[in-house]
Amino acid sequence: MNFAAALARIDTAAVTQAPLLSVRSLQLHLPSSPQPLRLVDGVSFDLRRGETLGLVGESGSGKTLTALSIMRLLEPPLSGCVHGEVALDGVELMSLPESEMSALRGRALSMVFQEPMTSLNPVMTVGQQIAEPSMRHLGLGAAAAGARAEEMLRLVGIPDPARVAASHPHLLSGGMRQRAMIAMAIACRPALLVADEPTTALDVTVQAQILELLGELQRELGSAILLITHDLAVIAENAHRVAVMYAGRIVEEAPVDLLFAGARHPYSRGLLASIPRIERARLDILPEIPGVVPGPGERPAGCSFALRCARASARCHAEVPPLAAAAPGRRLACWNPLDG
Amino acid sequence: MSKPAAASGRVWRRFLHHRIACVGGIVVALLLSAALFAPVLAPRDPTFLDTSVRFLAPFADSRFLLGTDELGRDTLSRLLHGGRVSLTVGLVAMATTVLTGAVIGITAGYLGSLTDTLLMRFVDTMLCFPQVFLLLVVAAFVPPTLLSISLVIGLTSWMEVSRIVRAEILNLKEQDFVAAARALGASRARIMFRELLPNAAAPILVAATLKVASAVLMESYISYLGYGVQPPLASWGNMLTNAQGYFNTVPWLAVLPGVAITATVMGFNFLGDGLRDALDPRLRMGP
Ligand SMILES: Nc1ncnc2c1ncn2[C@@H]1O[C@H](COP(=O)(O)OP(=O)(O)O)[C@@H](O)[C@H]1O
Ligand SMILES: [Mg+2]
Repeated sequence: MNFAAALARIDTAAVTQAPLLSVRSLQLHLPSSPQPLRLVDGVSFDLRRGETLGLVGESGSGKTLTALSIMRLLEPPLSGCVHGEVALDGVELMSLPESEMSALRGRALSMVFQEPMTSLNPVMTVGQQIAEPSMRHLGLGAAAAGARAEEMLRLVGIPDPARVAASHPHLLSGGMRQRAMIAMAIACRPALLVADEPTTALDVTVQAQILELLGELQRELGSAILLITHDLAVIAENAHRVAVMYAGRIVEEAPVDLLFAGARHPYSRGLLASIPRIERARLDILPEIPGVVPGPGERPAGCSFALRCARASARCHAEVPPLAAAAPGRRLACWNPLDG
Repeated sequence: MSKPAAASGRVWRRFLHHRIACVGGIVVALLLSAALFAPVLAPRDPTFLDTSVRFLAPFADSRFLLGTDELGRDTLSRLLHGGRVSLTVGLVAMATTVLTGAVIGITAGYLGSLTDTLLMRFVDTMLCFPQVFLLLVVAAFVPPTLLSISLVIGLTSWMEVSRIVRAEILNLKEQDFVAAARALGASRARIMFRELLPNAAAPILVAATLKVASAVLMESYISYLGYGVQPPLASWGNMLTNAQGYFNTVPWLAVLPGVAITATVMGFNFLGDGLRDALDPRLRMGP
């Protein structure tokens, strides 16, 4: 894929366009003793039409909960603990009644999950499942929706859509199922697609195909994609911008090429170092990050990364660094950042 | 809802391997067809009285293959027509039970929290009373017709089904495909009845077969207490009740409907067991 060209287009568009998705101070604190579990701890970011934002971080950093909060898919008691603002195309989602929110899900915004093996209903055919959103949101009849389902399957690169549409999910491979999931998610051409580890459960070759497919669909439909992954290599090739998440917070945000050329947060730097393909000589890197992520109930008073950080000072242990603009298009939450 | 071709083949093979289940299936098929074709198969009018031929023994007279009762009615014809009535009660009661139990179980299981607590306490309360007691209380207010008897039996025996369905739904609702359906805008009702219910079909089907058997049995209990299907309409239950006065002298009058009831109960129970094994979800969900 030619991301340089795509990036250039996005960057010029960025100046004129209001963001499609705007997340402000998203917080999910679950009451608990001695201190609340800070599962998501003040996440803010913007996402523009046609843009892919990679949300990257180790497992347990709160990426999935961030996505589910945006989609308003959390169940009680978690659903009652979400605070902050999420605006999609100017519509504030957090205060919408559930009926209006579910009318938007699958139409204005939709989501692809990690596990293609279990995300499809085992007793319905793939075609029926892809047809559902079109019947629900676009008011198509069963026959028209069925035809559209086959069309969507062809669009996601399935060579024999009629056969696949008539199959039950257990007859399909993981890659095929994930394509079917994507077909369901984009059937009503949503403006925002949230993809939570869409390729983690797949083989490497299939992974690349699925990511390429997402890129193609984005160019065709102009959707914004929030691409969630723990794998920076996936971000490198498939996102325009990247937000690095650590212990429930975004610690650094930058255009992909700038981050890969020189991450400024010590955690991002360490994360980059863990990708074997990146030329280590180019980076003044931490060979690995010592220690483990503090659990959601044991966050220190200051920066959550301070305990593992070689550059940590007294201030880092005492005060949470805010996520502040470090350069145009770049944000950073660090008291002692590295040079870019 | 059509099952995946390969999976349904597997289910079918497992069922056929289950000897007893096949016997159950055959018995049930025979009983159902006998009931269905009773008007054609029955040699005589089951209500026709002929006091000149009372208490004939089975096989004693070629006109009355299974003998006659205290009013000279043909026992074979009464068994066939009575089976029609008893099985109708069984099937209608089963449908009522399954429908009520499934709706309550799925609502409690999927909505959870207060709804679940209230519904399950209601189930506990209903289960505190013996079913026969509930039946007799209702029977005191409702005249016994075929339909009312079936509904009353069904409405006093759905509690187990609701528990089975609730347990199944509690498991299923945590699965990813439910979150995926919600992410595409499916409503609660749609998820409950279109996504979850078909996935709970196996235990519901098993419970349904067992409920037919228990409803047939229940109809004969309440016939015995005088609240069942009313004469002259024959049911296996009221044939058995009539026979009790002559049990010392003409035991076959009780034995024949007794055998029919036993065959029905065992047939449906075996069928249910076979289905339970054949539809085992651990084997069903695999790739
Ligand atoms: N329902 C829940 N109740 C309490 N803690 C949860 C719940 N779901 C997830 N968590 C915790 O929240 C943290 C973030 O989870 P998640 O968003 O799934 O991380 P990620 O997707 O980045 O791997 C983890 O520590 C996880 O254990
Ligand atoms: Mg996750």
